[in-house]
Amino acid sequence: MSREFVREMPGEQTGGSGGTGLAWRLHLDSPLLAALTMLCLGGMFVLYSAGGESTQMLIRQAMRLGGGLMALMILAQIPPRTYRFWTPMIYAGGIVLLLLVMLVGLEAKGAQRWLRVPGFGAFQPGEIMKLAVPAMVAWYFSEKSPPPRLHHVAMALVIILIPVALIARQPDLGTALLVAAAGLLVLFLAGLSWRLIAGTLAVISIAAPLMYFFVLHDYQRTRVDTFLNPGADPLGAGWNIIQSKTAIGSGGLTGKGWLHGTQSRLDFLPESSTDFILAVLGEELGLVGVLGLLALYLFIVVRGLAISWKAQDTYSRLLAASISLTFFIYVFVNMGMVSGLLPVVGVPLPLVSYGGTSIITLLAGFGILMSIQTHRRLMTR
Amino acid sequence: MPRPLKFKDHHQENRIFSARLTATLVAVLVLSLVLAGRMVWLQAMEHERYTTLSDRNRVQTQTLSPPRGLIRDRQGRILADNRPNFSVTLIPEQVRDLEETLSEVNRLVTLEEEDVQRFLGRLRGPRRPWEPIPLRARVTEEELARLVVNQHRLPGVRIDATPIRHYPHGEMLSHVLGYVNRISRQDLDRMSREQRANYAGTHFHGRSGLERQYESLLHGTAGHRKVETNARGRVLRVLEEDPPQPGEDLQLHLDLEVQRAAWEALEGHRGAIVAMDPRDGGVLAFVSRPGIDPNLFVTGISRDDYDAYRDDLDRPLFNRALQGQYPPGSTIKMMHGLAGLEHGTVTWEDSIWDPGYFRLPNQNRVFRDWKREGHGWVDMHRAVAESCDTYFYKMAYDLGIDRMQAFNSGFGLGRPTGVDLPNERAGIQPSREWKRRARGESWFHGDTINASIGQGYTLATPMQLTYATTVLARQGQPVTPRIAELPLAGDTLVQEPVTLSEPEHWDRMQAAMEDVLHGERGTARMTGRNAAYRIAGKTGTSQVFSLEQEEEYDEDEIEERLRDHALFIAFAPADDPAIAVAVLVENGGSGGGVAAPKARQIMDTWLLDENGELDPPPAMQDLDNPTAAGVPKES
Repeated sequence: MSREFVREMPGEQTGGSGGTGLAWRLHLDSPLLAALTMLCLGGMFVLYSAGGESTQMLIRQAMRLGGGLMALMILAQIPPRTYRFWTPMIYAGGIVLLLLVMLVGLEAKGAQRWLRVPGFGAFQPGEIMKLAVPAMVAWYFSEKSPPPRLHHVAMALVIILIPVALIARQPDLGTALLVAAAGLLVLFLAGLSWRLIAGTLAVISIAAPLMYFFVLHDYQRTRVDTFLNPGADPLGAGWNIIQSKTAIGSGGLTGKGWLHGTQSRLDFLPESSTDFILAVLGEELGLVGVLGLLALYLFIVVRGLAISWKAQDTYSRLLAASISLTFFIYVFVNMGMVSGLLPVVGVPLPLVSYGGTSIITLLAGFGILMSIQTHRRLMTR
Repeated sequence: MPRPLKFKDHHQENRIFSARLTATLVAVLVLSLVLAGRMVWLQAMEHERYTTLSDRNRVQTQTLSPPRGLIRDRQGRILADNRPNFSVTLIPEQVRDLEETLSEVNRLVTLEEEDVQRFLGRLRGPRRPWEPIPLRARVTEEELARLVVNQHRLPGVRIDATPIRHYPHGEMLSHVLGYVNRISRQDLDRMSREQRANYAGTHFHGRSGLERQYESLLHGTAGHRKVETNARGRVLRVLEEDPPQPGEDLQLHLDLEVQRAAWEALEGHRGAIVAMDPRDGGVLAFVSRPGIDPNLFVTGISRDDYDAYRDDLDRPLFNRALQGQYPPGSTIKMMHGLAGLEHGTVTWEDSIWDPGYFRLPNQNRVFRDWKREGHGWVDMHRAVAESCDTYFYKMAYDLGIDRMQAFNSGFGLGRPTGVDLPNERAGIQPSREWKRRARGESWFHGDTINASIGQGYTLATPMQLTYATTVLARQGQPVTPRIAELPLAGDTLVQEPVTLSEPEHWDRMQAAMEDVLHGERGTARMTGRNAAYRIAGKTGTSQVFSLEQEEEYDEDEIEERLRDHALFIAFAPADDPAIAVAVLVENGGSGGGVAAPKARQIMDTWLLDENGELDPPPAMQDLDNPTAAGVPKES
């Protein structure tokens, strides 16, 4: 049976061999794991340069990545039906945590996003929702026949918008957008009618300017302004975009060489080890490095979509596709913002940017993806 | 296809899901292409532009300002040099609390309101981040010590040591050296692009005097240094360096001792003295008193100090030697005498009867001699030695203004001498044409009579008088007056020589001038007494305002500022002149009594050795040797 599926995915070879190997028995998808490992290791090299050759930074990043990989392996062992069973509970728990953040969250840089857990540290409940919301929507649609009826859509929107609103209030625009995207992607994959999509887009195009003037915070508005016209204040808000474009552009085809990027190493590039780390890669390794990274990301996304294609139940395929596509949204938004295509929103370059709880969430997501991939045979038998 | 698991339309579901997944896959691929395209655009198409931007970030070009050339006198003694000046600057980016820092600095070094305002102006204006802004110039040693001790508490506050101009002799040389001061925005606007580049690291430029005249020479050429800096402006390494070319030192003809003698001679007076070496045209002394303290102007004179200078009745800002135009009085009688002789209207043998006045034919107006009772029978020699006015009234009446004016021009009257100082005034050599243009009136005989004794419309600067004396000493041969010892430029003003059909007139006129000092009845015979050398000179006393015809003149009763100007010109030694000098003492009274002794002091300083023996120093340039530097090119 599995051979059949394998043949259906064009260009895929490793998946078939993985079906009988050690990885398969450990519930790991070796192509995906290999690509993720390459990404993490490559990212460490870039980070070493971006962080000014700080080994301390490297060690902390390695620990974070290691923790993420542990989470991946553990979550890969849990069969999808268990996830499906627990989804409503996790979603509800996430909502509770978000409410807790609102009440007793830690404040940092004008936002209240963190929740302290004694003896464990602090974490962002918003991150959980990146997985819990698409899972919840997938769960909701798993029993319904497509295409979704209007009241189903409305229900799904409620599921999505409650946590999104709570996260946006912290405020954390980046996470809110990613959570919303993850949930809406499930809605789309579940068969949301094109007419509704077109209608919504029309509403958004009208609502966006209103949002700009009445809903956005000042700093968010500044970001949009800066995106639209970075030259207006080259030493102020436009600085990041100008400097990152300069870094990338000056890298050229093959870059200035690893550890030789002047923009980042002479501190002209702000946030060079976190959100703007792509600019360091672009400067030091050039177009070759950037396209290589993009290809690696693309491979991971396509592999994730392939997993969802082969998934046997509605819940699994919706969740798998949503996780893969959310990952791509990370990539697109970050690369778009660093290269000046999109406004600056706090979205890290996945698995490469230093720090952030996103590393754990992302790798956890891939753990679920692997679970969906590797538990398929058990389910179909 | 997966087997049906639930009670729903799996075919329908699969179809929809497949379609949606395909759509998202297409979207992912398209968006990836957009990203890839964007990267290609930035890194391949726009690569050069961003490389430039990146280099502009990291590479800063610093201008290295050249040290300004020194000014020395003829013996190499320093007249202007550069000394370190400590100033306080502030890097706003490093300051935690600007207001607090300013008040703390103020506690240590007292900031003037002007300083703070200038600082705030620069702060708000366009500026490069991390660039230090000057806060207070010229910090005293004591303030410096206080600052250094407290500097660790004041991040962003820096003490900079920069060389600034210093004039060790202060007022004494102020009107010849001039001074440098800060380059203003307007100054920069006037400069050409290349000049601006050369002055990018320079804060001072020559504002007046020799400092301005020889600015390009003294300034030198700026160098450049390319450095790599980080975002905070810290220099990490030097990429390339092109060192500045220091300004050239300026050697002057001026002799500090002669200058000092001239300065001290005018102690307590307003006046000017210019001394020249007739052998090469080198200016030995150039004094205008009162002077100003040029050091006050270098870092920016305070309003109070400037107002004090400006409002001083003695006008210390006024360069009398170069721009003061005075009636030359009797000091130009020799020129008129020579003109009369050359044109044959008079001979050495002709005598006139001087009753103490001269009356124009058919007119009632009387022109009085300075000696009320008259000189009796007077010839040319006596008329010069005793300065008889009547003789020259009569002679001028016969000669006419046109011939007088033409002849006087040969001595440099009525035009700038071309000395190497900016803004020289030309004086006035009156003529019919001049009077018509300047006054809109025609020329009268009376004007000629007044002009004959250097009064009326005639005006000359002390510089011009020295030059005219030099031409007399050189028996009509012109020379270009020079303060700095430099090869002359080709376009330097060179005058036609004054030629006489009878060269012996020169010697006889000189003999008459010698009798001014050495003759029994010479007007400066007290000054000529006990001289170790023969002096040829001429006194002059010029009226500041004219008396009514029959009015009596009592010196004591006239207010000091309305008294006559005392003048004296001379050259010595008479047989081989090594110095020509003109002395002007404003409201000094008598030329013979006040001005002549001062000229003697200056000539002694130059001509005598320490034992009082005649030993004139050699000329600096040999004008008779055509290959030597300093010979004007013929055009």
